[in-house]
Amino acid sequence: MSISPGIQIAETPGPVTTSTRAATTIGDGGRLGRRAGRAKGRAGRFGLNVFALLVIVCSVFPVYWMVNMSFTPPNQIISRNPSFLPFDFTFKNYVTAWTREAAPGQTDFPHALASSLTVALAVVVVGALIAFLASIAIARFAFRGRVVFIVSVLVVQMVPGEAMMFTIYNMVDDWRLMNTLVGLFIVHLAAVVPFTIWTLRGFVRGVPAELEEAAQIDGCTKAQAFWKVTFPLLAPGLVATGIFAFIQSWNEFLMALLLLKGYNLTLPPWLNSFQSATEATNWGAVMAGSTLITLPVVIFFLFVQRRMVGGLVSGAVKG
Amino acid sequence: MSATLTEPDAAPRTPTTRPPRAPRESAGERPRRKSLPWAPWLLLAPSILLLCVMVLYPTIVMFVNSFTDLQIKNKMLGTSPNFVGFDNYIEVFTESDFPAVLARSLGLMVVLTVLIVVIGMLVALLMTKLSKGWRLAVSIGLMLAWAMPPLSATVVFGWIFDTDYGLVNWALNTITGTQDFRGHSWLIDPMSFMMVLVIIVVWQSVPFAAVTFYAGLGQVPDEVLEASALDGASAWQRFRLIIMPYMRGVLTAVLVLETIWNLRIFTQVYALQQQGGLASETNILPTYLFRQGLGEFGVTAAIGVFMVILLMAISYFNVRSSLKDEAEL
Repeated sequence: MSISPGIQIAETPGPVTTSTRAATTIGDGGRLGRRAGRAKGRAGRFGLNVFALLVIVCSVFPVYWMVNMSFTPPNQIISRNPSFLPFDFTFKNYVTAWTREAAPGQTDFPHALASSLTVALAVVVVGALIAFLASIAIARFAFRGRVVFIVSVLVVQMVPGEAMMFTIYNMVDDWRLMNTLVGLFIVHLAAVVPFTIWTLRGFVRGVPAELEEAAQIDGCTKAQAFWKVTFPLLAPGLVATGIFAFIQSWNEFLMALLLLKGYNLTLPPWLNSFQSATEATNWGAVMAGSTLITLPVVIFFLFVQRRMVGGLVSGAVKG
Repeated sequence: MSATLTEPDAAPRTPTTRPPRAPRESAGERPRRKSLPWAPWLLLAPSILLLCVMVLYPTIVMFVNSFTDLQIKNKMLGTSPNFVGFDNYIEVFTESDFPAVLARSLGLMVVLTVLIVVIGMLVALLMTKLSKGWRLAVSIGLMLAWAMPPLSATVVFGWIFDTDYGLVNWALNTITGTQDFRGHSWLIDPMSFMMVLVIIVVWQSVPFAAVTFYAGLGQVPDEVLEASALDGASAWQRFRLIIMPYMRGVLTAVLVLETIWNLRIFTQVYALQQQGGLASETNILPTYLFRQGLGEFGVTAAIGVFMVILLMAISYFNVRSSLKDEAEL
């Protein structure tokens, strides 16, 4: 379990096993886990909390540093002594990031934001619809070909899209969709749908069909039973997978870089251009742009995180 | 799994549900099956269409192109390319730096996967020992790192390791009390470039591994652990002999996913190269392919086919375990 000393995070958890071992030998009757804390002495508890603190600091530091720098005036950023809090608090970097074009002849932030939102929201709505129908089919119907379809979805999910970047480039070009948001939308949609089907299928399966049948006995039509009973129960699943699709599309960099140019850039290629063009002169503005891109993802992510873990492990992919 | 979980909930309802259903539909568990045999296919049609057009079709085209000398001039002039057999594959493996790139990608993948799984497991074990407040704080920290867009993260880390104004150089100068690190470039040397890259990717990937392992650790019964502790098992023995067997499924899943993901990294490598790395010395498979550029479509298709086969071979295990999950339905 030797870990290269160069890595920040690696240093934190290393000795955890040693301290747990110490904890259990001193512990009351060798009890483990959550209850072990009380009796094993302050030292063990203190040690664990120190490691916890280290994990927290390592995780949060880059995010904190980005936000800190985004509020620091440009002339202070390039001083030899970094300031750990933005004492001369300024919004100037945000104004620069918001108004200046990424590079000569390229889009500015508001347009890139509009492009990203257009593509991501379209992917969410259309993707959720397509995947929802498919997940109903594989979770609620028994039919010949069902297993074949499920296997196909799992396999397709694993096909590395980036391996086909130039083939897809040519395809989009042949369709006269080069440098359009529609072209990027279709690529993102195909990337998101297999995962969404697989995850939604889990949610649909989690709602017992008996509930719907009970509603029908109580006088609902089949359609009413579905929309009034099953659909509300599936809503959290739809929201979770929708947010996941949004984040995927929002973060996607490679195909956006390949397919879009000039004024049509979405946010990731915008940040890439903006950084290359501005880093020598204005890191504060780059950090401000980066913060603006990060913000919506972090907020959305906190909502869905719990739900996504299960879906990912039962055979899924983030790319 | 979830099917069995819902059983107790559904059980009280069955007596009222079953009798009226029987006369109306004789299909048993799945009532709609016989009345509407085309219904599932109608529901699946949009997905099937999308996946055929966007995945199956380009895969076939790429496979065919990899055996031709298709170039951008064929596209411009509208001429058809020539069939060249395995020439592209032979060229890629013998007359290019592809083998070096492949070796680098695999090496990076192994280092990343091992670090992520080991650190993730240690963080998960740590979380089981913490009080509620601390555990929440650790989770929130992990979430932040997990949620950060890869490009933003790379830009920020690039800034932290910046040659002139980077925090790392400042800190090293301060600690050593010298000016040795003034103007030290972390990205120009391929080895230290890879180290920075590993830090970025591990930082972003540990949260997924840790949270998943933590969820898996919750399934290890406390009684078994307590009993073994009473019988005198050391912490290491309990981990190896009790926790690990319970965790095997979760561990395999995370290992396979991380292996695949770590071979597919593009954003972090590309963005870090933009900030001052030598692309020719630091390329891995996706960035190498990207930097081939538009032009030799036959050769890039051959590289693409190789990548697909490599990754599909690895993901075979993941598909199989997912199907086992499905069989429990």
